[in-house]
Formats: sequence, C-alpha cells, structure tokens
Amino acid sequence: MLLISCPYCGPRDEHEFAYGHEAHIARPTLEQQQTMSDAEWADYLFMRKNPKGVHFERWVHSRGCRQWFNVARHTVTHEIVKVYKMGEPAPKLEQK
Amino acid sequence: MKQNYSIFSLVRNALSYHQGWQEAWRSPAPKPEYDVIIIGGGGHGLATAYYLAKEHGITNVAVVEKGWIGGGNTGRNTTIVRSNYLWDESAHLYEHSLKLFEGLSQDLNYNVMFSQRGLMNLAHTQHDMQALRRRVYAIQLNGIDSEILTPEQIKEMVPILDCSSKARYPIMGASLQRRGGVARHDAVAWGFARKADERGVDILQNTEVTGFKIVGGVVKGVETTRGFIGGKKVGIVVAGHSGVMAGLAGFRLPVESHPLQALVSEPIKPILNTVVMSPQVHVYVSQSDKGELVLGAGIDAYTSYAQVGSPFIIENQLNALTDLFPCFGRLRMLRQWGGIVDTCPDASPIIGKTPVENLFINCGWGTGGFKATPGSGNVFAHTIARGEPHQLAQPFALERFTTGYLIDEHGAAGVAH
Ligand SMILES: Cc1cc2nc3c(=O)[nH]c(=O)nc-3n(C[C@H](O)[C@H](O)[C@H](O)COP(=O)(O)OP(=O)(O)OC[C@H]3O[C@@H](n4cnc5c(N)ncnc54)[C@H](O)[C@@H]3O)c2cc1C
Ligand SMILES: [Zn+2]
Repeated sequence: MLLISCPYCGPRDEHEFAYGHEAHIARPTLEQQQTMSDAEWADYLFMRKNPKGVHFERWVHSRGCRQWFNVARHTVTHEIVKVYKMGEPAPKLEQK
Repeated sequence: MKQNYSIFSLVRNALSYHQGWQEAWRSPAPKPEYDVIIIGGGGHGLATAYYLAKEHGITNVAVVEKGWIGGGNTGRNTTIVRSNYLWDESAHLYEHSLKLFEGLSQDLNYNVMFSQRGLMNLAHTQHDMQALRRRVYAIQLNGIDSEILTPEQIKEMVPILDCSSKARYPIMGASLQRRGGVARHDAVAWGFARKADERGVDILQNTEVTGFKIVGGVVKGVETTRGFIGGKKVGIVVAGHSGVMAGLAGFRLPVESHPLQALVSEPIKPILNTVVMSPQVHVYVSQSDKGELVLGAGIDAYTSYAQVGSPFIIENQLNALTDLFPCFGRLRMLRQWGGIVDTCPDASPIIGKTPVENLFINCGWGTGGFKATPGSGNVFAHTIARGEPHQLAQPFALERFTTGYLIDEHGAAGVAH
C-alpha cells in the first residue's frame, strides 16, 4: 500500500488516487505528425520504458482534489523518491 | 532413459522406502555453446525446449533460469485452463494449447492433474448477457465448445450460488466451457523439465542472464552469472522481466509489468466442483484437490517488479467472493502471494522475432498464460527452429503494434485468467 503525497493536499492513502502510467511521453506536434512513420507512431502509442528501478509516472488524486501530478517511484522497493508537478521536468536522481 | 512413472514404479519405490527414485533432471555445468538458449525456466521456456527436442530434433539446448524452475508466474498462478477467447487468432492459439493439455500427462509421463471440471462465467446484467451471447456464438463458430446456461442450470451445478432475484448481484445466466478446468502448475513445469532433460536439454538453474553478445545485429550468446554462454539462437521467455531483457538487447516493448495477487483458504470438504468467475463482481474461484479455495482477481494499477501488491486489492477480492458466496464469509485465508505479470496494450501475447537477428521473444501473456503453456512452447519452438513464425503465432508478432493489427482480448482476459 502506497502513501502518496499529493502536492496540493499532502500525504494520502493510495486508495484516493488513480494511476496514469509513464510520464513525459510527449504527444507529437501537428508538424511532426505529417512526416511520422508507422514505427514512430507505434513507439509513441505503445512502447514503454517499464524500468526495474526508478520510474517516472503520473498519478491523479481522483478521490481528492482531482489534480494530476508526477511521481518518481522505485518499482522494486515501491519507495516514492520524489513528487513533482505536471509540466516540471523529470528530476535528476543519484543512482541507488 | 528415464524410468517410467507408473503405479508399479510407485509400489516398487514404496517397498524401498522411496530411496531409489531417479533424479528428475540433471544439474549440468554450462557448455561453451548451444544451438538454442532459452532464457527463463518457467513453463513456457521449458515447454519450448521440450518441443524443440521432440518435434524439431534440436537437442543441444540450454534453459537458463535465474532462480529455480517454475518459481516465477508458473508456480504462482491460479491454474485456470480454458480456450474461450473472442477473436479467431486467440481462439485458435488457446485451443491448440487446450488440446495439448488434454494429452499432456500421457505425453510427458507425468501427472499434470488436468481436471476438466468446467468453467463458468456469470452474467449479472442484461448487458453482461448480450456480451456473453456474442462471445459464446463467436467461440462456437470457431468449433470450440461453449454453451449458455440458465439460472436453473447454474443452480444445479453450483447449489451454493444464490440464483434467486434477491441475490446482491442477481445471476441472469452464464457461459460454460465444459472442457475448461484446472491443472497442477508445478507439475507442468516439472513434467516438461524432466522430458526435455531426457532428450538432452541442459537445465541451468541459479544462472541469471545479465547481458547479450550482439555482433553486427546478430546475437551470439548471453552473459550470465556463470560466465558467457554461446548460442546460435536465443529465445527470451521471462514473463515479468521481458522489458528488462529487451532493454539489455537494445529494443523496446509495449509491455508493462504489474503485480497480480492470489490467495488460498484453509482446506474444506468438497463444495465447488467447477471454476466460477464473475467479471462484473470481479473474482474467480475454484477448489483445489486439497480442499482449499483458490481465488484471484485483478492486477495492481502501478508497475512493479516486487512480487507484492497492495492489501486493498485483496480486500476487494474477498468482498467480491463473499458477495457472490456469502457462505464463504467465515473461511480463513491461509496464504497470499503475488507474481509479476507482463501486460500488453491489447491483452494478447507477443511471439516471434525481435529486431536482433536470431533473437526471439515470447512474452506479454500477462494475467492469463498458464493455460497457454504447452501451446506457447509448441509454436515458439517451431518459430525458433524454422526462423519463421508458426502459422498460429504469426498474428502475435511484435510488428502488430506498427501495423495496427491489434488483437483486443481485454474482454476475455480482464478478470478471467
Ligand atoms: C497470481 C497469478 C494468477 C494467475 N492465474 C492464471 C490462471 O488462472 N490461468 C492462466 O492461464 N494464467 C494465469 N496467470 C498467468 C500465468 O501465470 C503466466 O502467464 C504464465 O505462468 C507465464 O509463464 P512463463 O513461463 O512465461 O513465466 P514464468 O513462470 O514467470 O517464467 C519466467 C522465468 O524467467 C526467469 N527469469 C527472469 N529474468 C531472468 C534472467 N535475467 N535470467 C534467467 N532467468 C530469468 C524467472 O525467474 C522465471 O522463472 C496468473 C499469474 C499470476 C501472477
Ligand atoms: Zn490532492
């Protein structure tokens, strides 16, 4: 069970949140879309990092303030290393 | 040659206090090179090795397993076997596997305890019933057994289900696959291992693959915790760790790894002689030969490699169980565990070639690959041996994510593993 610190409401039980999968996947711009290959579309739509280690991912406080935000979480220990707002770049973390 | 397992060998060995049993498989030192290296000693990897030796005459094969064989999802699943999938591609693949299951104990000379006790999917709403009819008819059109039960017929098969209109979730009907059921998961892994070993396959346990040797886009072998092992062809069959392996080989997969939990109750007298699942109320349950109820439900939403999930998932699962079967309310649960399942966007597996020459992958079985163990090994062995996909495996190639030819089986795979 995770204890997640919503940047707007503070620490709350995992129950109150919904998972939004990998963060920082940029939607291709209209311009890029004109020339993108099927393989590039496949990469954007389906391919995922799925790391064994720190994962940058999105969560939404769906049963609270309903805001989206980013979380850096370790996929083996489940430790939440950092919570940061939507639009902020992924934090640089020391290798653990 | 291995000694045959039979009632006579059991009696003979009983007379000598079970001191005379042969080892089921060897623990050899790795050879410098193999014709085929299979990474992952789960059921799928072991079955692949077995069929490579049996059907393609390729016996210079190693199965490289980081822990002990069958210690991954193979030994952690709730053992449901069925082939009632919606789309033609999946129906054919899973039915191929179910047919192999039907002859498996004889073929392997190993009792995999395959029990075709039937498998029932409950419908609780009008919409459930419509979806259920569509599914049953599609399955029938593929020549696979499937039928629709009325509440009266359900009540007859499972008297402890409340089929009256007063039930918390009224039961309007069900689909039934009579040839579905359960099998002993460990026995499937051990049976394949024993017969593969007999044909010369080296099973290398406690040997973790840590990297690939790839020269000019062609795989040449694997780095392991016991040194480099050369391989003319390599197959990746590591379920939850597929993304990690693909990363080591330098390509990407559309796979995410999630915890999936299951639990068993204390043993009770026979009360349930079929598998009951309810996608709506979100639980499935069967009773093992030891008398324990075996139950499971959905995955944890987040990605993880930890083999543990969140307790509220279990709570939901037990709520669902007691909503359906109030009489189980006072049962104590004995054990609970998790496995790491490799889920695909379309809930269908990936079988075939990778961007690296001579490197093949079989993954993405997610929450429902135990039933596919013999079939998956069978078509993957063919794919590796010929270098071209088996006809049944072809639609499941990695390229489908580029062509857009997805095989959406969320309806079949959602809760009903
Ligand atoms: C709780 C639960 C319930 C389930 N219920 C059902 C069900 O009722 N019916 C059904 O059909 N399916 C079910 N499944 C799914 C099913 O268990 C899997 O799809 C199937 O067992 C996968 O088999 P496998 O051989 O591919 O994987 P595994 O058995 O997981 O084998 C993969 C092996 O690869 C090894 N490995 C990983 N990395 C490395 C490395 N670097 N080097 C060497 N070896 C490595 C692992 O140690 C492991 O032994 C369930 C799964 C879970 C977790
Ligand atoms: Zn909040």
